[in-house]
Amino acid sequence: MSALLELQGVWAGYGGSDVLRDLTFSVPAGSVTCVVGPNGAGKSTILRVVSGQVTPRKGTVTFEGKRISGLNPRQILGLGIVQVAQSHSLFPDMTVRENVEMGGFLLRDRAEVARRLRQIEDLFPIVVDRAEDKAGALSGGQQRLVEFARCLMLDPKLVVLDEPSMGLDPKTLKNVLQQVRTMWEDGRTILLVEQNVRAGLSLATRAVVVESGQVRLEGTGSEVNSNPEIAHLYLGGGTASAAVPASD
Amino acid sequence: MRRGRSGVPVPLLIPASLGVAFLVLPLVGLLVRTPWSELGPQLAAPGVGEALRLSLICATSATLISLVLGVPLAWVLARSAGRGRSVLRALVTVPLVLPPVVGGVALFLVLGRRGLIGHWLFETTGITIPFTTAAVVLAETFVAMPFLVISVEGALRAADARFEDVAATLGADRWTTFRRVTLPLVSPGVAAGAVLCWARALGEFGATITFAGNFPGTTQTMPLAVYLALQRDPEAAIVLSLVLLVVSLATLLLLRDRWLGRAAA
Repeated sequence: MSALLELQGVWAGYGGSDVLRDLTFSVPAGSVTCVVGPNGAGKSTILRVVSGQVTPRKGTVTFEGKRISGLNPRQILGLGIVQVAQSHSLFPDMTVRENVEMGGFLLRDRAEVARRLRQIEDLFPIVVDRAEDKAGALSGGQQRLVEFARCLMLDPKLVVLDEPSMGLDPKTLKNVLQQVRTMWEDGRTILLVEQNVRAGLSLATRAVVVESGQVRLEGTGSEVNSNPEIAHLYLGGGTASAAVPASD
Repeated sequence: MRRGRSGVPVPLLIPASLGVAFLVLPLVGLLVRTPWSELGPQLAAPGVGEALRLSLICATSATLISLVLGVPLAWVLARSAGRGRSVLRALVTVPLVLPPVVGGVALFLVLGRRGLIGHWLFETTGITIPFTTAAVVLAETFVAMPFLVISVEGALRAADARFEDVAATLGADRWTTFRRVTLPLVSPGVAAGAVLCWARALGEFGATITFAGNFPGTTQTMPLAVYLALQRDPEAAIVLSLVLLVVSLATLLLLRDRWLGRAAA
């Protein structure tokens, strides 16, 4: 698989201090790549660098072979990289359908907006079932699904998810992860950051373990999952254990 | 809010009661002294309908101008930072503390036929503003717009900036974000500000009489008519005052149910 997104020797941070230090990894086209790591490892900064909110001090980010580091968030969005924020990013006073339509800001053609909306409705029944309900009235898990639906309006090549498991109960989490899988099967490449290592790795075709702003380990989801060192670090001593690092 | 009266300390209760009495008694006095039997003829007297119509038109025009200029101004105040902002806010609030008569004089110095802008306007177009209906609208706008700006700015500050960030990550430019996300979010605050602004414009006296004069039909609004009537026919003044009171209260109640309830909730 060729790389859709590549971070090469990236140094980036805020106000003069670097959070990412010579970080290099790639997201293969057609993969679900999951970035895991402890708090403060730089996971969120990776997402900000990819979406253009933070410009790397050194190093390059390339997408489909073209350099994107230095572009602004709108330009990067236009290239087909969309990001779903951590949570509570729906407009609570708008209906579900209005929220989804908001994902099409960059589309100039109303017919195109309508066409995309129909495709999304096939993928996410909730967009039809609760179309006229205010987004604020949905449960946390339902809101997540609508956030996913909204991010598909631009027909992105790469979907970036920031902790999709955040604040969800186990049953809802399972449903949400299933929808991530659906988006992937629909042909999107997915980059996700997860605090919940088990949830993240259960989905990933490729996993990247980040620590102190550098890649500690890279491999397929199962390779990383069965790595004794990782099991020790994140899963409380054994892969059989259900322990999960505390979230911040 | 559902505490018993025993919860209010006496040193607060007494002045608070006096405060309420002070605010309410004059209105009671107005109602008690209203010559109810002569209400019909007094209301039908020449000039009353005209003054009321002029008042409503001018206050509404002033509110519309305040909305068009004041909402963007409030956005700039709420979203900018640094010393420039404090200076700007001080400038905007000056008309709030300025005696309205002084405001009228100041408007005259700028827009009068010999004023800074007025003389240029007169020489190039032949238009003079003072003592016209336009002057009434400008005087009311000058005095009332800060009320709108301050209340919209407060609403914008209280609004969750996260939604503007989300709109940005969806690719909305700042203008689209303002139109589609921010404005609907703060619409109760805008409505509340517009009502305050309208009420203040409706009652405007000092700046109006200084800058626009007191000509029946063109610049004589209700407050001016009340003042004039008080000199020659106190009963007419009472009736006119009652009309203003009813219009103000009716507007407040009507709008409160529609929008202000949401702002207060």
